[in-house]
Amino acid sequence: MSEPSGIARTAVREALGMPGLVLFASYLGFGSLARETGFGLGAGLVSTATGWALPGQMALVELWSIGASLLAVGLAVALTNTRLLPMVVTLLPLLRTGAAGRRAPRWCLYALAHVIAVTTWANAMRRLPDLPPESRLAWFTAYGATLFMVTMAGTAGGFFLAGVVPEPVTLGLVFLNPIYFLMLFAVDLKQRARVLALAFGLVMGPLLHPVAPTYGLLVTGLTAGTLAFVLDFYWSRRGR
Amino acid sequence: MAGNPVMGTGDVWLPLLVAAAVTYAARGLGVALGGRLDPNGAVFRWVGCVAYALLAGLVARMIVFPVGPLAAAGLGVRLAATAMALGVFWITGRSVLWGAVAGVAGLILLLWLAPSIV
Repeated sequence: MSEPSGIARTAVREALGMPGLVLFASYLGFGSLARETGFGLGAGLVSTATGWALPGQMALVELWSIGASLLAVGLAVALTNTRLLPMVVTLLPLLRTGAAGRRAPRWCLYALAHVIAVTTWANAMRRLPDLPPESRLAWFTAYGATLFMVTMAGTAGGFFLAGVVPEPVTLGLVFLNPIYFLMLFAVDLKQRARVLALAFGLVMGPLLHPVAPTYGLLVTGLTAGTLAFVLDFYWSRRGR
Repeated sequence: MAGNPVMGTGDVWLPLLVAAAVTYAARGLGVALGGRLDPNGAVFRWVGCVAYALLAGLVARMIVFPVGPLAAAGLGVRLAATAMALGVFWITGRSVLWGAVAGVAGLILLLWLAPSIV
């Protein structure tokens, strides 16, 4: 099963397992949020297609719904999504080799980078090293494309569901947004710096909200994040 | 909240465009600068911390001070459902799916069984 079509079919099957289910559920939440905040289906789908990273999309919809300025929205989304940059840098070396040892064309890497987000990155980092180099591009393309469709379907599904199910169910779907992320963080609590950032952010976010609803989030990210980084650095120095 | 539910209001498109641009910029720069950056370097560790703190702040805010429809569910309901989600998440060996199911089901049940706290 190392010919491209076989490996692509394997990737589709893997994508439609647990990763697809979790992403579908979380995008159901995003679609409901897009309806309930008045963001709209068209904008929700365009956001999923062009953003393809739920944290930034959630920040966009939330800040837009409280009337934040363009600058505040742009900065918050940028600060949230800059974490994608090191993901691309670490995953790309695994994808560079194309079929039959040829190097993958650059445009191909620029296109594939668009579907590098937390789920695809984590699974590809685990899966790609075991695959023969000539199968990797096929696997990742099929895996990313499948999950891309799943998120689009989830966004549309959540939007329509929120309109027809009883009110408590709609609220449950919208509630998916924050709890999904809370758990996603909790999966990844091995690094001390991130635990600190999470803890400081959880406290500062709600505290600053009544004072500065739109810029509070930016201040929270920069202050709590920098504090966590500095403390972690200081403690690791002292521990040595 | 005004406007067509499907198309939304007109003022979403500019923020959407900016969000799309800054998001792709992070990925495109990753490809362009690739080998010249150390993904484990101090700058990226700081960037990771800032993103985590910002998202944690956003998540906590969405639970404590929801702007949209979630405000209709009382703070007690929201906190109880969050606790249920995290509880099931730990019991099931950190399953995000089961935790999410528990949190959503918990919120719906609480709203149905005890509408008075809404």
